[in-house]
Amino acid sequence: MRLEASSLACVRGGREVFSGLGFALSGGEALLVTGRNGSGKSSLLRILAGLIRLAGGELALADGDPDKTIPEQTHYLGHQDALKPSLTVAENLAFWASYLGGAEPPEPALAAVGLAALADLPAGYLSAGQRRRLSIARLVAVPRPLWLLDEPTSALDREAQDALKGLMQRHLSGGGLIVAAAHGPIGLEPAKELRLGEAA
Amino acid sequence: MSSLLALFIRDVRLAMRVGGGGGIGVLFFLIVTALMPFAIGPDLALLGRIGPAILWLGALLASLLTLDRLFAVDHEDGSLDLMLMGETPLELAVAAKAAAHWITTGLPLVIATPLLGLFMNLGGQASGAVALTLLAGTPALTFIGLIGAALSVALRRGGLLLAVLVLPLTVPVLIFGVAASNAAIVGPLPFGTPFTILCALTLVSLVVGIFAAAAALRQGME
Repeated sequence: MRLEASSLACVRGGREVFSGLGFALSGGEALLVTGRNGSGKSSLLRILAGLIRLAGGELALADGDPDKTIPEQTHYLGHQDALKPSLTVAENLAFWASYLGGAEPPEPALAAVGLAALADLPAGYLSAGQRRRLSIARLVAVPRPLWLLDEPTSALDREAQDALKGLMQRHLSGGGLIVAAAHGPIGLEPAKELRLGEAA
Repeated sequence: MSSLLALFIRDVRLAMRVGGGGGIGVLFFLIVTALMPFAIGPDLALLGRIGPAILWLGALLASLLTLDRLFAVDHEDGSLDLMLMGETPLELAVAAKAAAHWITTGLPLVIATPLLGLFMNLGGQASGAVALTLLAGTPALTFIGLIGAALSVALRRGGLLLAVLVLPLTVPVLIFGVAASNAAIVGPLPFGTPFTILCALTLVSLVVGIFAAAAALRQGME
């Protein structure tokens, strides 16, 4: 599996955020996207997720499932949690697992992020870090080759950061790909790094 | 298919829980209809004559009340992003959400209608006729409302815009819904003519509403 991007351009609100951006990523590799605020890290991830229209350039996922588009083989962990406060932790995860087409029961994923004890608590009572963990559980419950992580460690405590690191490494060693936007190290080193806002 | 069922069950559940819109619509319907006799006065003949129209207006406003949050909530918490990315076609996801919305807001209105018909001095047969037209017509209100809800998804206070966008489009449904009710109660038209047109309007809005709403959501993400 190989993700190739060449001369990507992004225009937001009539202003060019970046252009001429290219990278290639093979299975088992991670790409760390860094850059100042407003340099287009989140926009790049949303472009890869198919949520922002590409203003120019090409994007291809080689050796993927030919019947599926790139977004359909992608997990996107954005700033929002996609959780419903009035549903319980288990209900939230079970919904996304079956909506996104997960075949296995989602309970092990809940244990993987350390939320098994809170399964029956409404998600509205969770802290910011716990909400983040629950979102991460979605990535574990439904296997998809490409993970797009937008500042995945925000709000996570040291223990949860280590758990996330383990999950990311397991994903990579299974041949998966990760593109992560972050300001600091997130435990993926050594990873390829893409600096936005300097080359352009 | 299981993903659509999961979405449908989630939306029904959300509507039933605290903070969901499940009971709000029918309560609003109740209060609007109960206020009418106080405003109009105890003229039983008049109430009986305008009863179907009032019940229909109440149902229209009540279903509008819960529509503005239909996509906005999913947009705010990021769920809509994941739905746009998913394998499930957005049109079918929109249809599942519409079905859940109708079950939790439209259907209770239909069930409450025979009771509220008493306030309007409608007899058993007349109440049944209004309930039947609402059963056929409220899905159209949901489907037309979908378009407005999808267009106003990214707006903080989209509720008013939603009403302005949606209410003019519901005029045909209102006309034939009330016409069919009146035909059943006072005649002279046969009930079947306006009722068939009402059913046709619902079917058209089913197709147009779902595709238009999905297209609007895709545009709105930019």
